Amino acid sequence: MDAAVTASSTANRYDVAIIGAGPTGLFAVFELGLLGLKAVVVDVLDKPGGQCAELYPEKPIYDIPSWPIITGQELTDKLLEQIAPFGAAFRLGQLVTGFARKPDGRFSLTLSEGERIEAGAVFIAAGAGSFAPRKPKVEGLEAFEGKSVFYAVRNRAALAGQDLLVVGGGDSALDWAIDLVGTAKSVTLMHRSDRFRAAPASVAKMRSLEAEGRLRFVEGDLHALTGENGDLSAVTIKSKNGFESLAATRLLAFFGLSIELGPIGDWGLDLADGKQIRVDTEKFQTTTEGVFAIGDINYYPGKLKLILSGFHEAALASHAAFKIVRPEEKLRFQYTTSSSELQSRLQVSGASKAA
Amino acid sequence: MAFLHVTDREGARHEIEGADGWRVMELLRDSGLGVEGICGGACDCASCHVIVAPEWAEKLPAAREDELLKLDELPAIEETSRLSCQILWSEALDGLALTIAEIA
Ligand SMILES: Cc1cc2nc3c(=O)[nH]c(=O)nc-3n(C[C@H](O)[C@H](O)[C@H](O)COP(=O)(O)OP(=O)(O)OC[C@H]3O[C@@H](n4cnc5c(N)ncnc54)[C@H](O)[C@@H]3O)c2cc1C
Repeated sequence: MDAAVTASSTANRYDVAIIGAGPTGLFAVFELGLLGLKAVVVDVLDKPGGQCAELYPEKPIYDIPSWPIITGQELTDKLLEQIAPFGAAFRLGQLVTGFARKPDGRFSLTLSEGERIEAGAVFIAAGAGSFAPRKPKVEGLEAFEGKSVFYAVRNRAALAGQDLLVVGGGDSALDWAIDLVGTAKSVTLMHRSDRFRAAPASVAKMRSLEAEGRLRFVEGDLHALTGENGDLSAVTIKSKNGFESLAATRLLAFFGLSIELGPIGDWGLDLADGKQIRVDTEKFQTTTEGVFAIGDINYYPGKLKLILSGFHEAALASHAAFKIVRPEEKLRFQYTTSSSELQSRLQVSGASKAA
Repeated sequence: MAFLHVTDREGARHEIEGADGWRVMELLRDSGLGVEGICGGACDCASCHVIVAPEWAEKLPAAREDELLKLDELPAIEETSRLSCQILWSEALDGLALTIAEIA
């Protein structure tokens, strides 16, 4: 067998695969790490922190035990600091699309870019679901997606020489519209109103480019796309003045992110209300042995969608997962304050000489 | 007693009892009509988007800047679109009619 293939396939084997890098998934790395288990964390967002980092990085949270006040981003940063000793692997910007149980009882997860990872247990810490770009409400959109309609810029060079239409009023829309002036043949920014949810400096820059005639700003809504075989040639926009056609060969749409359950809904799990995964409250295990659901994504009687609940659930699920991944070993309950074994895993040296 | 008249995403109509001082999002969420209210009313997720009946639009307190900005972010809105987390329920709203918007 090819040596490189062998190396990469063992590199992709973990004790536990965690789906979701929100506060719950991150803290699970810690609880698993204390037990000596190696984790990999996958998130479709390109940064860790889940809702805390994506939806409210600057907002203060007041109900994290022992933190009278901490913002969403600070909480994320503290969790990352706390789990650093365990060297978890991260796969960010990737959706877990496939999930299968292998004949040997282990699990195989497929990521959106095709990578496979293997683990002895799976923690679904997927919160309210995966974040995905909101899409324009226009007919026949699918044919254009990935060909001439995009929700992110992956290949700047591909926009050279195009008549570019950027839609949206937030930082992403303004930053890209400004950035691509000079690269694209023409740049038009369209937003429903002249209120922008963006840095004032970006708005000012956009206005000055507009004044120089290097960028056009139009107020309006996207109404229809025109083109053949996914090649955009024009769009129809709806504004106060009625309908108008605009030449455009590439469209970048920035309508923010929505949250949807995503592929998890197709994995045969027992869903409450079609959205939350039913678990027991001893192990937070789903109806499939070895598959646990923790944090906002799970449901059990009395469930509260709070960050602190996710932390508690992560600890119990980790202990239960240990018994599955290390069936031959005895699970020893220990405190971080007094166990030198835990302290060496944490790479700290505590005061105590015991254990 | 005061009631809210709701048309859900399937077009079915419901009458929901109001609770003074609650946000309309919370009334909808707790009635199991598919409104998630992920951000708990912080005007951050737009999952509580509703379209208010035209005759009620004017009677409601006007939307504040952060609500307007969030609505502008959505790919499609209507003339009387609101985020229901920003509408505080009181007896005065008895009969308020609204439709839950499609998930964006
Ligand atoms: C504005 C706001 C204010 C809040 N205030 C508080 C508060 O004061 N106190 C409190 O306790 N809670 C608060 N919450 C709720 C709190 O943020 C959530 O309970 C918490 O984020 C849940 O953590 P989680 O890790 O379970 O899920 P999330 O934070 O939702 O993270 C889940 C992650 O999983 C990823 N994911 C899902 N499916 C997939 C997939 N198939 N592949 C790859 N990745 C996937 C998602 O992209 C996401 O990043 C607030 C929430 C909001 C939005």
